[in-house]
Amino acid sequence: MEPTTPSQTVGPYLHIGLPWPDGPFALREGAPGGVWLRGTVTDGAGAPVADALIETWQADPEGRFDHPDDPRGAVRREGFRGFGRCPTDGEGRWGVYTLKPGPVPGPPGVQAPHIDVSVFARGMLHRTVTRVYFPDEAEANAVDPVLSSLDSPEERATLIAQETEDGYRFDIRLQGEGETVFFDI
Amino acid sequence: MAEDAPAVPGYRRDPGVHPPLDYPGYKSTGLRHPERPLKVLPHLLTEVTGPLLGEDRVGPLDHDLTRRHEGEPMGQRIIVHGRVLDADGRPVPHTLVEIWQANAGGRYRHKGDNWPCPLDPNFTGVGRTVTDGQGRYSFTTIRPGAYPWKNHDNAWRPAHIHFSLFGRAFTQRLVTQMYFPGDPLFFQDPMWNSIPDPAARERLVARYDHERTEPEWALAYAWDIVLRGRASTVFEHELALEDDD
Repeated sequence: MEPTTPSQTVGPYLHIGLPWPDGPFALREGAPGGVWLRGTVTDGAGAPVADALIETWQADPEGRFDHPDDPRGAVRREGFRGFGRCPTDGEGRWGVYTLKPGPVPGPPGVQAPHIDVSVFARGMLHRTVTRVYFPDEAEANAVDPVLSSLDSPEERATLIAQETEDGYRFDIRLQGEGETVFFDI
Repeated sequence: MAEDAPAVPGYRRDPGVHPPLDYPGYKSTGLRHPERPLKVLPHLLTEVTGPLLGEDRVGPLDHDLTRRHEGEPMGQRIIVHGRVLDADGRPVPHTLVEIWQANAGGRYRHKGDNWPCPLDPNFTGVGRTVTDGQGRYSFTTIRPGAYPWKNHDNAWRPAHIHFSLFGRAFTQRLVTQMYFPGDPLFFQDPMWNSIPDPAARERLVARYDHERTEPEWALAYAWDIVLRGRASTVFEHELALEDDD
């Protein structure tokens, strides 16, 4: 058994190495049917975090992944990468253009449509991980095994995006009032 | 509609290896760490899959940071190579490796870095490559310099190269830093000291590799990166969704 390599912060100069021109496009730019998932990252004082990077990973609208470790088999969807990456701007804003995912099998049960999110930033020695759920999936959310494992409605609420004109909004609060639920992955 | 699928094995967790999110020695963690305990996320389909990024993300010269401009950058030319493995010692083939770094004097080509050290017109400091079938990677670059920062009195970061790894699952994602052997600045560096286990800190230090050093050309450093390994069975607790607080 090999011991694993420890994490270190992305630091303040992550913009040199990590952003890609097409990073925000989990769905190819201009492709129809997409939604914008946008939000802000704020710190414990409510100030925007201007040196963070958001990454997203998700299933396609049928709940399938383009990946051989899915026991149902890999499904490739033209123009869809399933992975988005966007640095925050000076106001802490980020955005990813994507397809709304479908429900994904558990077990246990069926998971409501969700997007896994990694947050990297200066001042974070390790990424934090959270999940985006959707406001128009109340029934599925009610029986989602991960959401159901959270203690309070307030905690669950931090993981549910809000509907907007062109998609959804998901704000990430790293600390304090309304702190986003983060997961040990 | 999603149908029932068999439980899939997750990845083995590696508690105690990584730095805590709340580490007062690194001041910027103060307002940027969650105060609530983390909840345990079971490794379900979204977590055991991930983007399989490869050759399509990499240009022909992206692995050689010394050949990206008209002239060659100043500084000591080095080869940094090694393998990407999982915790079972299995190579991770065809996976994207991204790096970024300061120039030989310790200055980043970034609007936020203004300390009085010159930029090098021939050095940007970003590289990408894909591991081969045996998980091997190699970059040619210049040795980055140490640089000052304002975290504490007379604070200097040890020379380092930032690395970003994907593995094959969302769960394996890792961003870290590679250091050079014998750096006298480790003792005062909070990034280094934030790693709880001294043996784990040493795993971030490359080894000087004389065999791969090229005569009259470049010094070589070897550094292997170990991502989390796949569990052999589905853990009961993954299904029970217990949290650890």
